[in-house]
This record gives sequence, C-alpha cells and structure tokens, in this order.
Amino acid sequence: MAAKGGAIRAGREERSRRGAPTPRGREAAAANLDRIVHERTRLAIVSALAVNPSLTFNELKGLLKVTDGNLSVHARKLEEAGYVGCTKSFVGRVPQTEYRLSQAGRRALEKYLDHMEALIRATREG
Amino acid sequence: MTTPELRQPRTGDPVALDDRARDNLRFIRETMERAGSFTAVPGWGGVAIGITALGAAVIASRQTSELAWLMTWLGEAVVAVCIAAWTTLTKAREAGGSLFSGPGRRFVYSFAPPLFVGAVVTVVLARIGYTEAAPGVWLLLYGTGVVTGGAFSIRIVPLMGLCFMVLGTVALFCPWSWGNAFLAGGFGALHVAFGGLIARKYGG
Repeated sequence: MAAKGGAIRAGREERSRRGAPTPRGREAAAANLDRIVHERTRLAIVSALAVNPSLTFNELKGLLKVTDGNLSVHARKLEEAGYVGCTKSFVGRVPQTEYRLSQAGRRALEKYLDHMEALIRATREG
Repeated sequence: MTTPELRQPRTGDPVALDDRARDNLRFIRETMERAGSFTAVPGWGGVAIGITALGAAVIASRQTSELAWLMTWLGEAVVAVCIAAWTTLTKAREAGGSLFSGPGRRFVYSFAPPLFVGAVVTVVLARIGYTEAAPGVWLLLYGTGVVTGGAFSIRIVPLMGLCFMVLGTVALFCPWSWGNAFLAGGFGALHVAFGGLIARKYGG
C-alpha cells in the first residue's frame, strides 16, 4: 500500500518535473481522439446539427459566428468524412445549402463525448 | 448569451488533459443549447395562435355581457396554450428531444411568472369591475414574459415581446372601447407577423 502510494507520488513529481503528464492510458486515449470532430469549429457544427433536424449554411454561420470560408472548409471536411450530409437547393434564385447530421456523425459525436468523459474519469482515479 | 469560445485550446499543453476534456464537454453543451434555442420557438405555432386570436376578437366584440367577453378571451388563452405546447413539443421531438430541456426550461421559468401575475390581476379587475383595463394588462404582461423568456433566444423573440409591451402600454391610456382592437392587433397580428418571420427565417 505504502509502496503504491509512493509510486503514485513519484509519478506525480515526475510529471510536474517534466511538465509532461500522461500515464500511458491517457496518452493512448488522447492519440485515439477523432481528429475530425475534435477541431473546435467542426465540433460546434456537429453539436449544433445534433439538436436540429437540419440547418442552413447561413444559420450555422450566424450561430457559430464564423466566416464563410472557415465554415465551408470545415463543413466540407465533415462531409468528406461522411459525418454530415449536404443538400443544395434554390429558394427563389438564392442558392441554399442545408446540412444535416448523418448516423455516422451522430455516432462520432457520441464516441467523442464518451471519450471526454473517460478522460475525466481516468484523471480522477489516477 | 455568450458565444461558446471557438478558439481551440492549445494542444500539446500537458497540464490538464481532463480540464480540456471538461472544457470540450462544456463547449458542446453550450453550442447545443444555443443551437436548440435558435429554433425552439415554434413560428408556425405563433401564426396559428394569431389566427385563432383574430377569430376570438371577432367573437368577443359581439358579446354584450362583461362575463361572456372575459370567457371568450379566456377560452382563446386555453386554445393558445394548447397550440403552443403541441407545436413546441413536436419541434423538440423532431430535433432530438431531451436536449431541448435546457433552453426550454429556462424559457418556461422566465415566461410563467408574468403570466401568473396577469391571471391574478385579471381576477382582481373582474372583482372590482374594471375588466376594461384587462386588454392592456394582458398585452403588457405577456410582452414582459416574452422579453424575459426570449432573452436566451434569437433576437427577434424579445423584439416581439417589446412590441407587445408597447401595445399594452398604449392600450392602457386609450379609450376602453378599443380593447378588442388592441387584443386583435397584439395576440392576432403580432403573432401572425412574428410567427411567420420566425418560421421562414429560422426553420419552423
């Protein structure tokens, strides 16, 4: 018991000395992160779409306060990953792009949430 | 409401993996709440309520007794609440249910108190025989509820509340006989106009 406590203490000191943390489990967890949804703008897009059947490009833009270019780049990345579906139509003469979350996207968000919770749990126990 | 911080926390910062995880979870929750309240107000519901209110105004204006007039508008209030509840629930279900609990609950919490005040004041007005003042009071308090409830929503919602408040205030200082017209203008026309705008611009 004492030895275990000592090891943990030593581990903590080691961590604070090197400034680098991560017991192996957490390192692996961090490495396995879904980089597609991890990025902030993409995470915001996926989160916003998770609570709406669909959102147009302009709605997303207004909601997330991002620029046109930024939004279209990140939305395309999500599209390429199959997380987000996109339909283009015309309202009158104005083209309208509408996004919705795919099943894969919903699963990816759920996995990401689980992942974050696991990280917090691991730290609490560690 | 504050915009969730879009800036990515620096990666490679070793200190607090769990802090970052917590921050990410908070970010997701805030974005979902914002995105939820974005369309939580059912626009088409507002249009429907507006139309029934216009009908109620016509019926109410034909009543000769004060009690029948009051009952007509109370009936309309019940119909309006049913429409609002049904459209809000339908919309919440379409968008994934329980995630709406945040903005939805906050809206009800800030919307309900002024409505309660309105109900109490109406009873008092009826008892002392001053129901002529009811239209102004109703519009004023309903507007107050929409302003405070809509403070968390898209900007057009508190704006609608403000219009109701202005109309109610004006109604209190105008001839009582205009009461039905003010109610038709507020609960009828304002609902139809703003409901239509919300439905068209913000999806339903």
